[in-house]
Amino acid sequence: MAVIQLAGIERVFHLGDSVVHALTGLDVAIDAGEYVAIMGPSGSGKSTLLNLLGLLDRPDAGAYRLEGRDVTTLSPDEQAAVRSRRIGFVFQSFHLVPRLTAAENVALPMMLAGIPAAERAARVRQALKDFGLDQRADHRPDQLSGGQRQRVAIARATIMQPAVLLADEPTGNLDRATGDDVIHLLEELNQRGMTLIIVTHDPKIGTRAGRQLMMEDGELKSDSARPAAAAG
Amino acid sequence: MRSADVLRFARDAAAGYPLRTSLSVLAMAIGVAAVVVLTSLGDGARRYVVEQFSALGSNLVIVLPGRSATGGFSPANALTTTPRDLTVDDAFALTRLPSVRRVAPLTAGNSEINANGRLREVVVAGTASTYFDIRSFKMAQGHFLPEADWSRGAPVVVIGAKIKEEIFGANPAMGELVRLGDRRLRVVGVLKATGQGVGGMNTDEVVFVPVSVAQSLFNTSTLFRILIEARSRGEIEAVKREVTAALKARHGEEDITVITQDAVLATFDKLLRALTAAVAGIAAISLAVAGILVMNVMLVAVTQRTAEIGLLKALGARAATIRNAFMAEAAMLSLVGAVTGYGLGLFGAFVLRQVYPVFPAYPPDWAVIAALGTALGTGMLFGIMPARRAAKLDPVQALMKH
Repeated sequence: MAVIQLAGIERVFHLGDSVVHALTGLDVAIDAGEYVAIMGPSGSGKSTLLNLLGLLDRPDAGAYRLEGRDVTTLSPDEQAAVRSRRIGFVFQSFHLVPRLTAAENVALPMMLAGIPAAERAARVRQALKDFGLDQRADHRPDQLSGGQRQRVAIARATIMQPAVLLADEPTGNLDRATGDDVIHLLEELNQRGMTLIIVTHDPKIGTRAGRQLMMEDGELKSDSARPAAAAG
Repeated sequence: MRSADVLRFARDAAAGYPLRTSLSVLAMAIGVAAVVVLTSLGDGARRYVVEQFSALGSNLVIVLPGRSATGGFSPANALTTTPRDLTVDDAFALTRLPSVRRVAPLTAGNSEINANGRLREVVVAGTASTYFDIRSFKMAQGHFLPEADWSRGAPVVVIGAKIKEEIFGANPAMGELVRLGDRRLRVVGVLKATGQGVGGMNTDEVVFVPVSVAQSLFNTSTLFRILIEARSRGEIEAVKREVTAALKARHGEEDITVITQDAVLATFDKLLRALTAAVAGIAAISLAVAGILVMNVMLVAVTQRTAEIGLLKALGARAATIRNAFMAEAAMLSLVGAVTGYGLGLFGAFVLRQVYPVFPAYPPDWAVIAALGTALGTGMLFGIMPARRAAKLDPVQALMKH
């Protein structure tokens, strides 16, 4: 069953007098466990698409079904609950809270979800161990290397065991070797069944994915899973 | 998000920006401390006056010559043209009134006391044995003026504690002869030190002689005051009526003023309470300013932490959660500021009491409650706007700010 189903998605921005069609007529279905790369030049709409998938933004038209449930009509609080439990974000600039330690950053989604402190501590300990960060638990982000920071961010994104992991240029701020480590880490998570969607403009990373979505001017230009349909 | 977590998160956020946090805490603390110290001063002044008046004695009614139209202290007292003087006979007549327990005549003047080779200027109070009970004095040595006919007092003197110390030092004063003006008087008693007195008449620096001795010393037949003690508190008004009627009958017209300690006290009490409230009001302005500062600080915090707010939203925080976190932070700044200010204020009042030991500078309860309440109230109130702004941030826009 498709974990994500987009049908006729439109997103329009009004910048002064001009109207920008960030997304037009988008129909995409992504199955559970897929590894998808969204690619395209700047301004092609790939980030807008990722924001829509992460329920940070609402489409102006069309339907978005996440795990079979129409999430576009949910109230802001219901969408927050969906973000909390079903979606994980990994950002290009890590977005760690600077005053919190690695462990506290990882625990943040559980704290927001109201999970008791004892359970949080146990899960954080396990996650930090899994990601090779158990020696860094009490370090603040400025005491960590770039690769360590992104690993903390990935640990945070997956601590609630979401259905979908959304990564926006996850290697954009990292050197080549560290970036490869991060990609391998994400791929490992994908191999364990997590749906992984990466936005990138780096073809080397894009081609590693099982499926490529090429965006251009707000439209889906090609979909490697459906070459014939997208070409038309 | 659990309440404990909201509080911990807010605390860490406040601690994450120490300068910003400590400055707004300081502003709030100064506001609260100002209210506490200033009301301590105002209320201290009130208590001081009340205590000084209470020291005069209880159920006290005072008769002074001259008619005052309005009652209480007024310039009319000084301006009345031809009041009939109060005399010892007037005072003696009042002793027969039914509601009166004791009467003490009082005449006063300045003279020089000379004894033991030392000379000093003193206030001489001419009165009678009854004065001792009316004023609730205590003796250090000997006894007060002996009971005697008011018109033929014995050549004796009772001296205040400070006079005793300055004239006699460590030597015994009892039974010594002192020269007061052109009189030679024998010391029969020394008063216990009180440190109190009204109108510059500190009893430690006064010598008491029989009223007839004082009158001949000052070559006068008039009295400065007549002090009367009513039989009970409830009979103060009756005393006032009876005294007025009796002296009107003796003088042919109502040319005296009768004041009660209660009335004077109530006036001062009211006046100084109003003063304290006014000072508190002025100090409260600084609290409002502190509240606005907290708002400013929180607005800066929202701007500074825009990316963090976007992140929290992406991680599943509801708008209410973010609002609560920022409200909690504003409340914490205010609370810590208020408590710090309360401590500072109490310390300030303590210092005041050390510097002026006679001045009971304690903040009144209402002022403390009002100051803490206003501090928390304004902090929270001015925290609402920044918190709502944070909660309303668009997560996509917020995340791009980094």
